[in-house]
Amino acid sequence: MAVKWTKKDLLGLETLSADEIGLILETADSFKEISQRPIKKVPTLRGQTVVLFFFEPSTRTRTSFELAAKRMSADMVNIQTNASSLTKGETLKDTAKNIEAMKVNIIIMRHSCSGAPQLLAESVSPSIINAGDGSHEHPTQGLLDIFTIKEHKKKIAGLNVSIIGDIAHSRVARSNIWGLTKMGAKVTVCGPATLMPPEIEKLGVKVTYDIKEAIEGADVINMLRIQLERQGQSLFPSIREYAMKFGLDAEKMKYAKKDVLIMHPGPINRGVEITPEVADGPYSVILEQVTNGIAVRMAVLYLVSGVKERIE
Amino acid sequence: MDIILKGGHVVDPANNVDSEADVLIKGDKIAQVGKNIKANGAKTIDCKGKLVFPGLIDMHTHLRQPGREDEETILTGSRAALKGGFTSVLCMANTNPAIDNKGVVEYIHAEASRAGLINVYTAAAVTKGLEGKELTEIGQIAEAGAKALSDDGKPVMNAEILRRALEYAKMSGLPIISHCEDINLSGNGVMNEGFVSTKLGLKGIPRASETVMVMRDMELAGLTGGKLHIAHLSAKESVEAVREAKKRGIKVTCETCPHYFTLTEEAVLGFNTKAKVNPPLKTKEDIAAVKKGLSDGTIDAIATDHAPHSAEEKDLEFDFAASGMIGLEFALSLANTELVKNKVLDWSGLAMKMSVNPSKILGLTGKGSLAAGSDADVTVFDPSAEWVVDEKRIESKSKNTPLAGRKMGGAVLITIVGGKIKYENGRFD
Repeated sequence: MAVKWTKKDLLGLETLSADEIGLILETADSFKEISQRPIKKVPTLRGQTVVLFFFEPSTRTRTSFELAAKRMSADMVNIQTNASSLTKGETLKDTAKNIEAMKVNIIIMRHSCSGAPQLLAESVSPSIINAGDGSHEHPTQGLLDIFTIKEHKKKIAGLNVSIIGDIAHSRVARSNIWGLTKMGAKVTVCGPATLMPPEIEKLGVKVTYDIKEAIEGADVINMLRIQLERQGQSLFPSIREYAMKFGLDAEKMKYAKKDVLIMHPGPINRGVEITPEVADGPYSVILEQVTNGIAVRMAVLYLVSGVKERIE
Repeated sequence: MDIILKGGHVVDPANNVDSEADVLIKGDKIAQVGKNIKANGAKTIDCKGKLVFPGLIDMHTHLRQPGREDEETILTGSRAALKGGFTSVLCMANTNPAIDNKGVVEYIHAEASRAGLINVYTAAAVTKGLEGKELTEIGQIAEAGAKALSDDGKPVMNAEILRRALEYAKMSGLPIISHCEDINLSGNGVMNEGFVSTKLGLKGIPRASETVMVMRDMELAGLTGGKLHIAHLSAKESVEAVREAKKRGIKVTCETCPHYFTLTEEAVLGFNTKAKVNPPLKTKEDIAAVKKGLSDGTIDAIATDHAPHSAEEKDLEFDFAASGMIGLEFALSLANTELVKNKVLDWSGLAMKMSVNPSKILGLTGKGSLAAGSDADVTVFDPSAEWVVDEKRIESKSKNTPLAGRKMGGAVLITIVGGKIKYENGRFD
């Protein structure tokens, strides 16, 4: 592929070209094999320091990034705090400046505020990788979803992908929409009207409140996690009604294509947005997504670290 | 020393003057406006090709004193006002402590005369501590000289309390300046709800949050006959609602701010906290509606909502950053570029919005007019000067503006307050 990686940071898929996304996927493909070896370690990032800077609880994403960095021999530091560190009197920028002063190479950041990684990228020199910011973007999740789809379907262009659930608060939905539409997929978003962000159709997606419509003809169904506390914000009347209307169960699967892929970014609320028989069923690639996550994150670390340029 | 402003284009709509004339100032009053006035020893200032306005009045300014003197003081805010051509400002009550009793009103006036640069009028709070619960001692506050009542920064969410405030304030004649926002609809929103908020994943504030309260407050004004002034109108639907209410004969006036006819929500792209303001920046359609409201008289005044914030309060995650932008130094230039050059308003129309009407709404005497005997507050403006907004050259103590780097059309040359030249070509006196 002719395209070269030039970006210091990975803040979102909105700012990537289809070629750049393709480059990450291709790179991930070559890294995937490392995790299948008995000795899962390459020296690619030896001597590089990677800081995991998480302002929001996370198990999956943090572990995935940590393993990706360790399998590439990077030195790792883990900082887990919460967004209200502000109350301790230090601003996000000041904290980041301190980390920068310790001469680290890459900061992987999760934050409950949209735009926080961009604030960091504009203020400090290490590469910033967004591991999820508020409702904005979760680029590595979007990339690993696209990677998983491509592994199964051998292509992205022309596929019908339905994203179902809380679109309004979902960074996963936004990164998927940006990435998939750039790669030529046709994206449908489905969820209750109260969880549909305004003017989302301007991102080039189809909007429906009818889950049957979203299921029929879909090559891929990506079920989003519903945050249970949204019920208290009058965004939907009850978990029960949500599950009945928007949960994916065996009954609704009757409308699905025979070769549909069922995805979920996790963690799953079993019996709410997806029933166990669907989540664990034959169409589900949910655990493959997790496996692929490491390969995609290794690829991103590799590209962002600029190692490639130095070797070539 | 007497001053004569020679040969400028005098824009004095209160007296139907909009032509070349001289303005003679004797002591602290305007002595005469007319052709070929003899200098007779007065200091002569050539104003050829310049505009001469009755001193501009900003009826919506946050001076941050007392409480946040690191962001602005009455003195630094006065300097910013002078540079922007404002000879009078109305400062808002959301200080710390709040301007919610006679003592704080008197403190503001004492500090303002110590600063000695411009006329500082106060808006005192409608409710104690701006909590929306108990009325302030409106009678005493009026006696102390406050010119308006406002919980600006917050709405009075309880309609019954606003109803009683409108009624009670009738006795003193003070207008109630209403910050129209339904805080339940706004929730923890941080920008306009729409495509940009969807893209950025930021929580939106629906436009109806403003409009439902504009409509509610106007109904309460209709019910009580109280004097209602709506602050910082930003939404198309709000402009339309005010237009309809005025047709129905409801006693209501309103203002908009330069950023609502200049900037759209797109200014927030890139998570630019300098464009975070409440009510939030909206769309092109809203700008068009605000301009229409200004030109057809629906919107009575242009006010800055000058809201200084320290870098520490802005250089944060977008969700945590403070709302507001400074405006005193840019308002007249923006009005020139966006409104006069685009033929939304002529010079007289602009003087109405920035001087005559604010004076009327606040019941000021001797302001907003260049008639003989009026206070000698005068703004001289060069409409063809050009400058670029540079944070280093901002007079306000805070630099929070999304306009840095923007080319401005027109500059204030001279600001005269009470017959004294307080600002001239970048120098303060």
